[in-house]
Amino acid sequence: MKTNRRTFIGTASAAAMFPGAAAFGQKKYDDGASDTEIKIGNTNPYSGPASSYGAIGKTIDTYWKVVNAAGGINGRKITFISLDDGYSPPKTVEVVRQLVEQDKIFALFQSLGTPCNTAIHKYMNQKKVPQLYVATGASKWGNPKEFPWTMGFQPDYHTEGVIYGKHALATVKDAKIAVLMQNDDFGRDYYDGFKLGLGKEASRIVKTVTYEVTDPTVDSQVIQLKDSGANVFFNICAPKAAAQAIRKAADIAWKPHQYVVNVSASVAAVMKPAGYENAQGVITAAYLKDATDHQWDNDDEMKAWRAWMDKNMPSANKADANHIYGYAVSTLMHETLKRCGNELTRANLMKQASSIQKLRVPLLLPGIFVNTSPTDFYPIQAVQLQRFKGETWDLFGEVMHAESS
Amino acid sequence: MEQFLEQIASGLANGAIYACVALALVMIYVSTDHLNFAQGEMAMFSTYISWQLMNWGLNFWVAFVLAVLVSFVLGVIIERAILRPLHNAPVLSVVVVFIGLLAICNSVAGAIWSYLIKEYPSPFPKSTFGFAGVIGPHQLGVVLVTLVVLALLFLFFRYTPLGLAMRAAAQNPQMARLVGVRVDWMLALGWGLAAAIGAVAGIMVAHIVYLDPNMMSGILLYAFAAALVGGIGNPGGAVVGGFIVGVLENMVAYVGNMIEKTTGVYIIGNGEKLTVALIIVIFVLTVKPAGLFGRVVVKRV
Repeated sequence: MKTNRRTFIGTASAAAMFPGAAAFGQKKYDDGASDTEIKIGNTNPYSGPASSYGAIGKTIDTYWKVVNAAGGINGRKITFISLDDGYSPPKTVEVVRQLVEQDKIFALFQSLGTPCNTAIHKYMNQKKVPQLYVATGASKWGNPKEFPWTMGFQPDYHTEGVIYGKHALATVKDAKIAVLMQNDDFGRDYYDGFKLGLGKEASRIVKTVTYEVTDPTVDSQVIQLKDSGANVFFNICAPKAAAQAIRKAADIAWKPHQYVVNVSASVAAVMKPAGYENAQGVITAAYLKDATDHQWDNDDEMKAWRAWMDKNMPSANKADANHIYGYAVSTLMHETLKRCGNELTRANLMKQASSIQKLRVPLLLPGIFVNTSPTDFYPIQAVQLQRFKGETWDLFGEVMHAESS
Repeated sequence: MEQFLEQIASGLANGAIYACVALALVMIYVSTDHLNFAQGEMAMFSTYISWQLMNWGLNFWVAFVLAVLVSFVLGVIIERAILRPLHNAPVLSVVVVFIGLLAICNSVAGAIWSYLIKEYPSPFPKSTFGFAGVIGPHQLGVVLVTLVVLALLFLFFRYTPLGLAMRAAAQNPQMARLVGVRVDWMLALGWGLAAAIGAVAGIMVAHIVYLDPNMMSGILLYAFAAALVGGIGNPGGAVVGGFIVGVLENMVAYVGNMIEKTTGVYIIGNGEKLTVALIIVIFVLTVKPAGLFGRVVVKRV
């Protein structure tokens, strides 16, 4: 039979339409994957104002080194290319283009920051390169219809806000609520969720004040909140401002019911600087175990993590929650890649990432699992409330599985 | 009314911080004619040194004195090693060096002590003495320390031969050299003093804003504003400027709230604190380019 151009195209597209049938059990690769390696790209702020998050990138890097030393994933070594974007979106665009077009990465993993990921959101989806388990809690990462190549990781801010709103309504009689929020997307996402949680009672918010990340202190804002006569204080701040606000409230003898967002729930970075005596009774929602919290001292997962840190990152500060976060999210990526087997195509990676059922990831709170589906791109959606007591967090109530709207 | 008092008090306390950093800026400007963009980061580094010393078990005040001395020496070394070769370089080269210093101090501190925020103790007693709720002991302490530093500087420049020599070297280097003042060393001393004052500022600030490598980034902006409002060549002016800026930014929020409460219209508020402060700086400089307390320098051509 003579093969002319038309029949050739016909057969080729037929093969393309049924790749699963033809390639079952065979090795299949997209750019960035081969018999010997899988190339994973990443951006992190190793310099600039957000450089404290750089600890996440370093932990992930170490994680892959340890995996490689133990033989890699299904016999393939992970090449992890993590570039510095200084938390600056234009820079993120530049380095991500480099990762995708020059380094030909297989997937982007844990790129950090809401503004940074927003800047590359469309690009990644146009290029059809997975933007997996991004390191931000904004609610927009779980939108498989429009952005099938992007997926978040942690419980989103919006959902968390809803939970605080509902809890405040249910437990505080005659709630009059004061809100302090960072004046950006991060603050607004929480605030919108919180209002949704309050529902018809949203008018219970008697005062909302904002602060800028450049403000040296939030003292002036807290004074305004106290003046409003509120008895509930919702603290939507990054760690430093959150600690300042808790301390200032105590300094000026304002004693409301306090909620602080999960971003600022670290014992070492927020509660201790705020002063343990000032932080008693503060409520937050958690999904990860806190290394500075003594209730986990004899926990197996925590002990394994401590041993891992001692061996592989001996100079790192274990009180830094970023190391826990980096370790947990790497384990999830490890498992996802493992499930891809020998079919290392980007489509298969997304397929595996979106069909995880009740997966236990170490260092998540007991009872919290990773669940995804082709329509649910929010891996972790459960949190548990906890109250600060003495020098640790005290978990209470049930694990709450919230479905974000 | 209670809020008004609290806002004034908190503004004064913040103002004391700006004043301290502004003093250090003025020191370098007076002795070298440059604005040091790395001043905040140098102060942060000094604060880490004192934190480290305390971590090794030293008492707060011992660590304080040692950190100030070490900073003084570091300041002198920076001048001798890095800026001396640039004495005849154009201003832009010097600015680039300052920005480089800023980045280096920040990254080195991050590499050594990590970016995790640390609490920093207050040397002042915890008890509240009648000012409960309005001004805390630490805030009051910061104001006092700032005033003491200012007084010491005044005495140093006014009544000691070294202070006189430094002023001479800054105002008229050639004449000073002719009467036997070692002008180069005076510049280095100016750097040392500025670094030492920066250390004091950092140590006072750290309890309030917590210790981390980026603790000074916001403060430096306000300190520049303070120094400019007061007159960049006048230490006393810088201190007053610091208090003005500190109180002013709180008043912006307070007045904005009042307007919103009475008229229901949001005009200004917390989001515009820095903006309004900077607009006022521009206004002051347009009307009085030398700052509120600055002397107009007349040069004969």
